[in-house]
Amino acid sequence: MRTTYEIGVGELPQRAEELLTGGHRLALVAAHHDEDGIRVMYLFAAGPPDTCSELHVRLDPDRPEVPTLAHLSFPAGRFEREMRDLFGIVPLDHPLPRRLIRHFHWPRGWYPMRPDAGPPPPFGEQEGPYPFLEVEGDGVYEIPVGPVHAGLIEPGHFRFSVVGETILKLKARLWFVHKGIEKLFQGRTVAAGLPLAERISGDTAVGHALAYCLAIEEATGTQVPPEAKRVRALLLELERIHNHVADLGMLCNDVGHGILNAHAQRVREQLLGLNRDITGHRLLRGGVVPGGAALQSVPEVRRLKAIGEDIREITDLALGHSTVRDRFTGTATLGTDAAREIGCLGYVARASGLANDARIAHPFTDYGTQLDIPVHTGGDVLARFLVRAEEIDTSLALIEQLAQGLTAPQVILGPPPALGAGPRTGVGLVEGWRGTIATRVELAPDGTLTRVKPVDPSFFNWPALPVALANTIVPDFPLTNKSFNLSYAGNDL
Amino acid sequence: MSAVGYAAVAGQVVVVGAGAPLLTGWMRQVRARLEGRAGAGVLQPWRDARKLLHKEPITPAGTGPAFRAAPALLVATTVVAAALVPLLSTDTPVSSHADLIVVVALIALGTFALALAGLDTGTAFGGMGASREMTVAALVEPTILLSVFALSIPTGTTNIPAIVSGAAHEPGRLASPAGLLATAALAVAVLAETGRIPVDNPSTHLELTMIHEAMVLEYAGPDLALVELGAQMRLTLLLGLLSSLFVPWGIATGGSWAPLPVALVLFGAKVAVLGAVLAAAEVFWAKVRLFRVPELLAGSFLLALLAVAASYFLNGAS
Repeated sequence: MRTTYEIGVGELPQRAEELLTGGHRLALVAAHHDEDGIRVMYLFAAGPPDTCSELHVRLDPDRPEVPTLAHLSFPAGRFEREMRDLFGIVPLDHPLPRRLIRHFHWPRGWYPMRPDAGPPPPFGEQEGPYPFLEVEGDGVYEIPVGPVHAGLIEPGHFRFSVVGETILKLKARLWFVHKGIEKLFQGRTVAAGLPLAERISGDTAVGHALAYCLAIEEATGTQVPPEAKRVRALLLELERIHNHVADLGMLCNDVGHGILNAHAQRVREQLLGLNRDITGHRLLRGGVVPGGAALQSVPEVRRLKAIGEDIREITDLALGHSTVRDRFTGTATLGTDAAREIGCLGYVARASGLANDARIAHPFTDYGTQLDIPVHTGGDVLARFLVRAEEIDTSLALIEQLAQGLTAPQVILGPPPALGAGPRTGVGLVEGWRGTIATRVELAPDGTLTRVKPVDPSFFNWPALPVALANTIVPDFPLTNKSFNLSYAGNDL
Repeated sequence: MSAVGYAAVAGQVVVVGAGAPLLTGWMRQVRARLEGRAGAGVLQPWRDARKLLHKEPITPAGTGPAFRAAPALLVATTVVAAALVPLLSTDTPVSSHADLIVVVALIALGTFALALAGLDTGTAFGGMGASREMTVAALVEPTILLSVFALSIPTGTTNIPAIVSGAAHEPGRLASPAGLLATAALAVAVLAETGRIPVDNPSTHLELTMIHEAMVLEYAGPDLALVELGAQMRLTLLLGLLSSLFVPWGIATGGSWAPLPVALVLFGAKVAVLGAVLAAAEVFWAKVRLFRVPELLAGSFLLALLAVAASYFLNGAS
């Protein structure tokens, strides 16, 4: 159920406050260049029951300014900084008026999402100095790490201010992988948008493709057959399992217990092989399509049971190892209040006692009664490990239930929508393996995409990492970072 | 005596120098097989060394003599220590100089040179690694000294060849409480000194968790080959010292040629078995939190202290 309100700029803070205190969370903010000016859309979501409220405000094209909502919601402040860097829309009285995603070398006054931005310009004069906050005091020193790292991970710069081995402050600067995905969506057909959505974050192909497809189907009024919805739910859980298994193994590797990693990666390889049999792609691309789903084979329950046994043995061995357990316990604690205020999603939130899950809040199919969401309150690395280990069990049970009665190979598609049917705008909310993914699309009358705005849960969760790391020791940073395992690519579109 | 003695010394240096990469390769292979992986093969460290030696030497801007001299100094101190420690024979031309304190000081000198080099790079990682390495070294060196000292009390000298030949002729000494305590203490100290799990993880790529690797992060090409060879030689040397002290059988004690080849084969076998045991143990262990390392090392120091006390009192009683 989605309702849209056109409001004046002045009303915005009050309406937003009403929605936020009424149990909504800010899911997405997107700016649009319409023919008659600039429009900013604030999407608030709540559930269950599945509710979405959109606030649309129109801005003066000559002076694009919005009142800030940063004092009401921390994510709002980040969305506003993103909007300023990409569109040049100024949030008035913002408490942190610094750049967020603006790359160091973008020339002053260039805003990539403006219609007149053109191709990327050469590196130019940068937009003012952007110094790091210096922590002063006896024995405080800085450790700069990255953006190029010793291991094969994505680029991010981390600046630790440290006394001895204890982290006083961590500043993460991540925005090195801007690919212009939102711009690349513009003008594409719906079918051509799908490969792009699948590649927003390579490990979340199903999650982002599904959020995109749900939004498109809402915008075009497409009816998806119930069987296709079940296939989609099945693929979503398969994606969750293979990512969780790999990370559980790598967490063990990060504390020097390599044998469990070797076995976790063996299990992951089996799952990727299974994925190839099911969709024709190891990372499950091509399974979710606009209007339906495609399936090449149905997963064997017996094989999944064997994999589940294997995973349980690995997690039991990890938790039974006193040194491994000691390294996980109490490391980098994220409190419930901090997680709530930052707006954390996914297993990071669920390990800190917040039972957020879009499968319950915004279900796109009937999950039955079997969905139990594991929640822990510790907020440390151990809690995140436990939540993910337990989610694997939930997912395996779900897959078994969803796979019953499915036949393969088949492509299940709903009837094609009439041209011009539907409201031309749509929202997709999906519980990907990292957390809730939100995608909002707007379509032109001819059916091409005018605006697609995806938001990966990493965008919400990244600010929680430095909070959790305060008073943690430097050698525990890689372990903590892996326990969050946030996406750099999905964060910086 | 002299020809055999010189041959033994040369043999020790060559075996430690050439065998060290093989030992590392062997340990990695054992570990890989136990983890269900194929492994890169025993010869991989030699292939790595060959690759590194073919690269051009590079030194970071602003580094001084400490950075440049450290790799050579590390290898040189280890070579001298390998010549002194009775690995193949206790009767060599240098055995009268093979004092316990000298050997420990040589090992510490190598560590110190690397730590200085880490500081010399001026990077955060070099300093961080050097600080961590020195913390560990400060706790390890006394343990090594004390545990060998415990073994020296029955012999009445700190000369290592004398301790080893004494133990070889009177094996009962090793099964004493002092011998067993000292073995345990020295084993933990060797783990820490050579940067193995649970103190340091030699195979990690996470620069923030490193101890030894963080110090040498700026080395490349032939210098890196030397640093790695030095680290591998120290591991071989310390495992050899451990085997000589606690399993001294087979080491040549006289001046004849015949026992030397036997000693060589036995040395290889003992170190290979020790390496395999260490690699197997590492599969089952995990790295402890950095702040737990001092607790572990304090424990091993306590064992060494008990060994000395036991050795002193039990000897005094008899």
